[in-house]
Amino acid sequence: MSTTSQELDQKQAVTALRRKDLLGIAELSPGEIELVLDTAEAMKEVGTRPIKKVPALRGKTVVNLFFEPSTRTRTSFEIAEKRLSADTLSIAIGTSSVVKGETLADTALNLEAMSPDMIVLRHASSGACHFLSRVCRSAIINAGDGMHEHPTQALLDAFTIRERKKRLAGLKVAIVGDLLHSRVLRSNIHLLTKLGADVWVCGPPTLIPTDIRRFGVTATSNVEEAVRDADVIMLLRIQLERMEGAYFPSLREYFRVFGMTEERMHLAKPDVMIMHPGPMNRGVEIASEVADGPYSVILDQVANGVAVRMAVLYLLAGGVEHEEAA
Amino acid sequence: MKRLLKGGRVVDPANGIDGVHDVLIEDDRIVRVGRDLPVDGATVVEIPSGLVVCPGLIDMHVHLREPGQEHKETVATGVASAVAGGFTAVACMPNTTPVNDNANVTLLILAKAAEAKLAHVYPIGAVSKGSKGELLADIAELKQAGCVAITDDGHPVATALLMRRALEYAGMFGMPVIEHCEDPSLKGDGVAHEGFHASSLGLRGIPGAAEALGVERGVLLSELTGSAFHVAHMSARASLRAVRKGKEAGVRVTCEVAPHHFTLTDEALGSPIPYDTNTKMNPPLREAADRDAMLAGIVDGSVDVIATDHAPHHYDEKKVEFDRAPFGIVGLETAVPLSLDRLLHSGLIRLPRLVELLSTNPARILRVPGGSLSPGSPADLTILAPDLKVRIRASQLRSRSKNTPFDGWELRGGVAATIVHGRTVYVNPEMGSGVI
Repeated sequence: MSTTSQELDQKQAVTALRRKDLLGIAELSPGEIELVLDTAEAMKEVGTRPIKKVPALRGKTVVNLFFEPSTRTRTSFEIAEKRLSADTLSIAIGTSSVVKGETLADTALNLEAMSPDMIVLRHASSGACHFLSRVCRSAIINAGDGMHEHPTQALLDAFTIRERKKRLAGLKVAIVGDLLHSRVLRSNIHLLTKLGADVWVCGPPTLIPTDIRRFGVTATSNVEEAVRDADVIMLLRIQLERMEGAYFPSLREYFRVFGMTEERMHLAKPDVMIMHPGPMNRGVEIASEVADGPYSVILDQVANGVAVRMAVLYLLAGGVEHEEAA
Repeated sequence: MKRLLKGGRVVDPANGIDGVHDVLIEDDRIVRVGRDLPVDGATVVEIPSGLVVCPGLIDMHVHLREPGQEHKETVATGVASAVAGGFTAVACMPNTTPVNDNANVTLLILAKAAEAKLAHVYPIGAVSKGSKGELLADIAELKQAGCVAITDDGHPVATALLMRRALEYAGMFGMPVIEHCEDPSLKGDGVAHEGFHASSLGLRGIPGAAEALGVERGVLLSELTGSAFHVAHMSARASLRAVRKGKEAGVRVTCEVAPHHFTLTDEALGSPIPYDTNTKMNPPLREAADRDAMLAGIVDGSVDVIATDHAPHHYDEKKVEFDRAPFGIVGLETAVPLSLDRLLHSGLIRLPRLVELLSTNPARILRVPGGSLSPGSPADLTILAPDLKVRIRASQLRSRSKNTPFDGWELRGGVAATIVHGRTVYVNPEMGSGVI
């Protein structure tokens, strides 16, 4: 895929996210994606200062509403919010309280009655963020909805790749793992194809979503083919309970056929980047030697997550435009 | 009391009638249909030109929710919705609370229908006690109380053996077995058609093969037992293939398609309203090739019936995350506009075929009165306004529930009036006064 001149014009024109919510990458233009990535570079610099705080979101209230357990993403959002001087509140709601009877809409409307500006939502149901965006006036930021999207993860992945490779267009990116159940996959496919990367996805046929080729990616169950000459290898988590659905026979067999070993990694380009959105299953989708090796940027991804989330929060709050108006 | 409907286009495929005729009604019966019938003391009702008089439409697949789920619908609100949609009769599914697996429930439904005095209601009984798929329900008792067919709708009949027994046993009374065709293990916890759009939205998929497996099983067992088997709400092209194959082999298989399955595709899951729970039904909205196959089956005669699968749900139940929402949409008041717009005005079929799908064939399959204007038939008539511009407004539906994906749609074709047992039970307010 090449970037057309029209897209370039569009990119140059984009200076703000003129949208209420960040629901997914699917809705974003290439220009908007690049705006977030560019803004994140400035935000990353804030994290290197002795006083890691700017007043951009002073007086804004952000609620982190997490219906699924999450350490990394929630912490990352909280730090990002604090560095922007927002007032933040994190609510972790186990599925047990959902069983007690309050609907998602009621929970959100009760929170909204206290006038937050943004709600960062993590939920096990695909589309939960779209649903809340229709119910709530607050900005909704998708921190992962079911098997649908995890847009800030894809943005931080892109940021990390761009930081090393200086570009995304033309890179071969191989994504290997449980494709079917992965929201990280879907967001990454949208983002990488929009910015012109050559995306290969790989996993057992039982874990490849129907018609995935219509997203503009190459799908294969041959991991060697997927990673050959790749610039980036991204592993996706294999959930242990998938064996029960007969998606594959055993973790041992999964590792034998798809696990990212050093040997397989060396089929890729010499300067390959190894990525994983976490949490990792060592010895299942990735060998420890690879995860801990010199090509791994897994901890860089985590570090960049804060800067990217700061950029998203800042831009959705109105960015430069907002400050000018105020 | 005699009434003479004069000057309308009369379409009665059962008697090969399609042309300007008069229809003479005496009390609750049709006396005769013919050209320029003498007035002979009857009250003359002039049918405005452009309107079509046909035998009353019969929806053989609705959920009236009573007893037990009256917050969604009652028999009274359901039949009000039916006559507003042009249906003079509906057959209601047994998945009420409790399940209609005994005469008490059947008689309750019939009593409520008699009280409402709008559309005829034909209860459909359960195949198995509690629709649990273990023991057969008391089918003779159900038949005697007024049930016209049996089904465990909502779920497939649990095992091939039970389906075989149900076909054999119900066959004794000439009752068809209606099947919600689905392989439960293949459906799994799916919520949408397995295809590109479910992949894109991250929704768990239900492949068309899950339905087709159920159809294949039913066709084979119908062949084995010689009993009538009816495929409910068919949606997948592989299912249609199985039905066609069965029909060619002389198996007593029939099938119905719902308007949403010949109108919409799974694209509606993401647009115009992403994750709209009014696009969630079972079987799910399928891909374009399936939708086109349903249209082809309607055109070539392999599809016998259009039935709505009218499935009312309270807005609280639908105002949730997509995967938590119940399956189903209301359909009684949108079926005629969708059928006229998508099938007739698109040029796919002509009016006699449409009346066959909506009246003649459901009457024949369920062996209920109506479906024709033969002398002595009940005076159940639907007067269609094929060129009426209709705007669907969910808030205006007479059903107690408003769960439709067609809110705001503008369609060509509607219902002018509905006559049940000689009584005019519905006149479309949009038609102006004095239609009938």
